[in-house]
Amino acid sequence: MKKIICVILALALGITACLSMAGCSTNDTVENLEGEYTTEYAGTTLNVFNWALYISDGIEGSLDVNAAFEKLTGIDVNYSTYDSNEAMYGKMKSGAVAYDIVIPSDYMIQRMINEDMLREIDVTKLSNYHYIDDKYKGLYYDPDNKYSVAYNVGMVGLIYNTTLVEEAPTSWKVMWDERYTGNVLTFNNPRDAFAIAQFALNIDLNTTDIAEWNRAADYLKQQNKILQGRVMDEVFNKMESANAAIAPYYAGDFLSMQEENEDLAFVYPEEGTNIFVDAICIPENCQNYEAALMYINFLMEPEVALANAEYIYYASPNTAVVNNENYSLKDNEILYPEVEPKTQYFHDLPSDVRTHYENLWNEVILAD
Amino acid sequence: MTKRSARQALINAPYMLWAGIFIVVPLFIVMYYAFTDSTGAFSFANILALADYAEVFRVSIIFSVIATIITLLIGYPFAYCLTKLPVRAQRMQMMLVMLPMWMNLLIRTYSWMNILEKNGLINTVLSGLGLPTANMIGTPGAVILGMVYNYLPYMILPIYTTMAKIDPSLSEAAEDLGCNAWQKMRRLIVPMSIPGVVSGITMVFVPSISTFYISQKLGGGKILLIGDIIERQIQVSYNYNLGASLSFVLMVLILISMAIMNRFSNGEGEMVV
Repeated sequence: MKKIICVILALALGITACLSMAGCSTNDTVENLEGEYTTEYAGTTLNVFNWALYISDGIEGSLDVNAAFEKLTGIDVNYSTYDSNEAMYGKMKSGAVAYDIVIPSDYMIQRMINEDMLREIDVTKLSNYHYIDDKYKGLYYDPDNKYSVAYNVGMVGLIYNTTLVEEAPTSWKVMWDERYTGNVLTFNNPRDAFAIAQFALNIDLNTTDIAEWNRAADYLKQQNKILQGRVMDEVFNKMESANAAIAPYYAGDFLSMQEENEDLAFVYPEEGTNIFVDAICIPENCQNYEAALMYINFLMEPEVALANAEYIYYASPNTAVVNNENYSLKDNEILYPEVEPKTQYFHDLPSDVRTHYENLWNEVILAD
Repeated sequence: MTKRSARQALINAPYMLWAGIFIVVPLFIVMYYAFTDSTGAFSFANILALADYAEVFRVSIIFSVIATIITLLIGYPFAYCLTKLPVRAQRMQMMLVMLPMWMNLLIRTYSWMNILEKNGLINTVLSGLGLPTANMIGTPGAVILGMVYNYLPYMILPIYTTMAKIDPSLSEAAEDLGCNAWQKMRRLIVPMSIPGVVSGITMVFVPSISTFYISQKLGGGKILLIGDIIERQIQVSYNYNLGASLSFVLMVLILISMAIMNRFSNGEGEMVV
C-alpha cells in the first residue's frame, strides 16, 4: 500500500515538474530590435503601473513583454496594475508609492500635468517615436508632446445581440426604447453613463454648465425603468450569454465578446461617441528615469507593439503595427473604421462640476 | 499581587500595542479626515453634506435589518436542530456551514450572479420545465439574498455555541416538571440562548450595513448602499474627507445599535422575550 502511495506521489511530482517546465518556455525574446538597449542599468528596478490586462504577458505563446525587457536590459520590472484612472490617481496622490512608468487616459493626464505630477519625456531620446501616428501626437491634453507617448486608442460603441433586437440600432436613443425594457445595460460609472445621455441630447461632454448636467440627469432618470443594470466588466459575461440585448462598451472588448458569441454586433452611434487615448507617462517622483525612457522605447518596438496590439485588442497608434501584414486585426472595420465616427474626448473637469455630477449620479440611481 | 499584575501587563503589552497602532490610531485618522476639508482645516462641511445621503442611509438600514431578521429566522432553528444531532454529525454540519467561507467573497458573489441571471441557472431550469422565468438579478431581493447567504454562518455559529453549552439536565428538569416542548423552548432554550442571538445579530448586522460589493454585483448597479458611496469617495472621487465622515456616521450608527443590543443581553438567562 505504501509503495502505491509512493508511486502516486512520485508521478504527481513528475507531472508538476513537467508543467512548470512548460511554463518556463514562454516567449521572452524580441527578434528584430530597432532601438538601442544597454545593460547599464542592470540590477536596478523599474516600477511600472498599468491597467490590468493591458500588456502582452506570454499567455498562449504570446510575447512576455516585461520578461523580454528584463532579459534584454537586466532591469527588474516591478509590475502592478489598477482598474480605473481614479484608483491610479488616488494611489499616486497618497504619496505612498513611487512609480517610474504609468499609463493614464487623456483627461487624467491633463489633470496630472496641471498638478505637476508628471515629468517631461525627452522624445528625442526615443528612437522609435517616429512610429507613433501623427494623429495621436499633440492632442489637447499634451499639445507639445512633452509628457506622454500614446499607447492605445479606443472608442465606445453600442454592442447589441442581433437575435434580441428588432432592427439594428443606429442611435444612443435605443437605450431608452421601451421595447427593450429590462434588456439594456449601461456603464456603472457617472462619467461614461452621462456621456451617453449627453450625446443623445447633443450636449458637450465637457460642459461646465450645471443646467446641462441637470438636463442629462433627468434624461438618465427616464432610462431607469428600461435598464436591466449598470455594469462594468460584468458586461462580458452578460452579453456573451445573451442576458441582455444592448450595452455600450469599448470596441476592443466587443471583439473579444464576439469571439464567444457570434450573434453580437457593434455600431458607432450617429450622434458621436467618446474616444480615449491611454498614453505612457513618467511620474514626477520617478526613481529610474533613464530606464523608464528605455522601457517606453521598447514598448514602441514594432514587434513588441504588435504583440501588445494582438493581446489587448484595442486600436494601436503605432504605424508599424497598423501597416503590418501579419497583424490579425489589420484594417479591422471596428478598430480602424474607414469612415471615422464623430468623436469627443473627455477633458478634466473642475472639481465642483465633478462633485455636482457625482451627486446627480446618486440621485439617478436612487430614483430607480 | 503587584508583581502578578506587572507580569500581566507585560503579557498584554504586545496586544495593546497592536490594538493601538492598528485599531485606535486609524480610528483617529478617520475622525481627523471626517472633521477637516481637503486643505486640512477644521470643517463641519462633510458632516453637513451627509444630509444628501439620508436616503442612502435609510435604504442601507432597511436592507441590513431585513437581512439580519432573515438570517435569524433561518439560523436559529438551524442551530437548534444542530444541537439535537449526534456529536459527529454536528461536527460534519458545522464543516458544511463553514465550507463556503473558504472561498473568496468575490467568487461566491460572482457565482450568484450566474445563478440569478436572466439566462442563469434558475431560469434555465424553470424554462426547461415549461415554467415562466423570473427576473431576479438587479432586484432588492437579490441583494438581500447575497447578504443572507454570505453572513448566515455568522448567525449560526454564536447561537449554536451558546445552545450547545446549555446543560442537558436543565432540559430534563423542565420535562420532569411538566413542561411541554413549546414551554421548554419558550422558557428555557430561548432565554438561555439570548447572548448567542445578540452576538449573532451584531455579527450579521454590522457587515450587512456596510456591504458594498454584493450590492454592486447582485443589485446590477441599480441599488446604492452606503458602503458603495464610501467606496466611491475613496476609490473614484478621491474625497477622503467625505468618505471618512460617512464611515464615521456609520460607526456611530453601529455603536448605537450595539449598545441597544447589549441591553438585551445584560440580563443573560433571566431575560424573557
